[in-house]
Amino acid sequence: MNATIAVITFRAMLGRRRALLLLALPLVLLVLSVVLRVTDNNDIDISADVLQRFGLATLLPLLALIAGTGVIGPEIDDGQIMYVLTKPIPRQVIVLTKLAVAIVLVAAFAVVPVLMSGIVLQGTTAGMAPAFTVGVLVGGVAYSAVFVALAVLSRNAVTIGLLYALVWETLLGNFAPGAKSASIQQWALSVVDALTSASPVKSTVDLPVAIALLVAVTAAGTLLAAYRLRSLPVASAE
Amino acid sequence: MTELRLEGVSRWYGNVVAVNGISMTVGPGVTGLLGPNGAGKSTLIHMMGGFLAPSSGTISLDGAPIWQNPDIYRSLGLVPEREAAYDFLTGEQFILAMAKLHKLPDPRAAAQRAIALVEMGYAADRQIGNYSKGMKQRIKMASALVHDPPVLLLDEPFNGMDPRQRLQLMDLIRRMADEGRTILFSSHILEEVERLASHIEVIVAGRHAASGDFRKIRRLMTDRPHIFLVRSSDDRRLAAAVIADGSARSVQLTDKGLTVEAVDFQRFTWLLPQVSRDADVRLWEVSPADESLESVFSYLVAR
Repeated sequence: MNATIAVITFRAMLGRRRALLLLALPLVLLVLSVVLRVTDNNDIDISADVLQRFGLATLLPLLALIAGTGVIGPEIDDGQIMYVLTKPIPRQVIVLTKLAVAIVLVAAFAVVPVLMSGIVLQGTTAGMAPAFTVGVLVGGVAYSAVFVALAVLSRNAVTIGLLYALVWETLLGNFAPGAKSASIQQWALSVVDALTSASPVKSTVDLPVAIALLVAVTAAGTLLAAYRLRSLPVASAE
Repeated sequence: MTELRLEGVSRWYGNVVAVNGISMTVGPGVTGLLGPNGAGKSTLIHMMGGFLAPSSGTISLDGAPIWQNPDIYRSLGLVPEREAAYDFLTGEQFILAMAKLHKLPDPRAAAQRAIALVEMGYAADRQIGNYSKGMKQRIKMASALVHDPPVLLLDEPFNGMDPRQRLQLMDLIRRMADEGRTILFSSHILEEVERLASHIEVIVAGRHAASGDFRKIRRLMTDRPHIFLVRSSDDRRLAAAVIADGSARSVQLTDKGLTVEAVDFQRFTWLLPQVSRDADVRLWEVSPADESLESVFSYLVAR
């Protein structure tokens, strides 16, 4: 980890208008939860639905996409990464720092809102709020690693990431159960499932398999990003 | 002594060869990398800076390989051509961050020194996003100098600078070189290179076209057949006089005037007014027809 890189990355991510963008979705989730609670529509099925569909399946991948690609993608695109790469710093330190910043952002803008929303909706019933919090956190780590790697590998990281999160995980998952099991979302859901006694939460993947896959994807993403950054061709201005 | 050595360096992108078998040694002092736009100067500098792997050949700094060796950045400073710096930081924050990334023992002092060196102290607490082009260039220079590297690579440092900024930067580069640093900068403008570099490497279409001090390069560039367009009050009589005088190899009479191929640039430009006066012809226009840098360079390549 490198504190200087972390500070610059946080400033780049939270400065300007991007911070507002990061705040929009969690705010919607919180407002929705409060409205459901006030109108007494917060039974366990609806709560689980909101936390799973909105929190885990929408808010989390989108924020992880913004954070994961945002911590390094723009810097590579406009060549600023040169100022970091021309320093005697091992590449894996750069990647790990960027990943850590992405995870902290995901924690702040997805994990904490999901916890708050869970408490607003269900209090401590069935351990649902903490279960979803842990699930979103472990999913967030894996998503961040994948999207950071994607941002180092491709200039079209955001598009590819969106296609993966929306088309593969959400849409295809509805039609093809096989595709559903091969998604970070389902693995994270499996963790949630194991932690809560609430019956509406059902995962298609067994917990040990899910944990193994989450760890594998996180490690693979990090290694790939570090390896690729070692030989990143920085395009010239021409 | 610090020496950057290139041996048989080539770089291609698919079927396109950007840099073709270049070998050279860059030692202390100022070396100018001269070539027209698109000649492969940036590609070459990127390879020297460790941002691009040579497709073949090797580049080393005092024997240590440059590619995939972040440790060389302790002795290498690079000023990229692109303007992008961290716009949201102030100049001082930016340079301080660079000093910290280098893990210098006293980053604050190093940053102060580098900022003073490029005379940016007066704007150090302003955001880089609000800097002018020349100021950005100087703060980029400070970022490359903060760790006091013996080798400095500058990609088109004078691009977009006004004449005063240009002079200041030239002055700074000269001072750096006087301290014994190895400095290489690229440019497509002969005059810039000539005023600053003691040694010039010419790159044309990815090839190493010439190498030497500026007098040698200047001679190579001027001692070639020059073509001039001449309009006068009596083209036909002038054509006869020019041919008789012997300073031109051929003269062609066209409806736009005369196309003269001079044998010797200096002699011709010096003699033409005399010849026309003696022949009692008034000159209306004398313009070089092939003075574009590209034609100069293509002559060098064909040579």
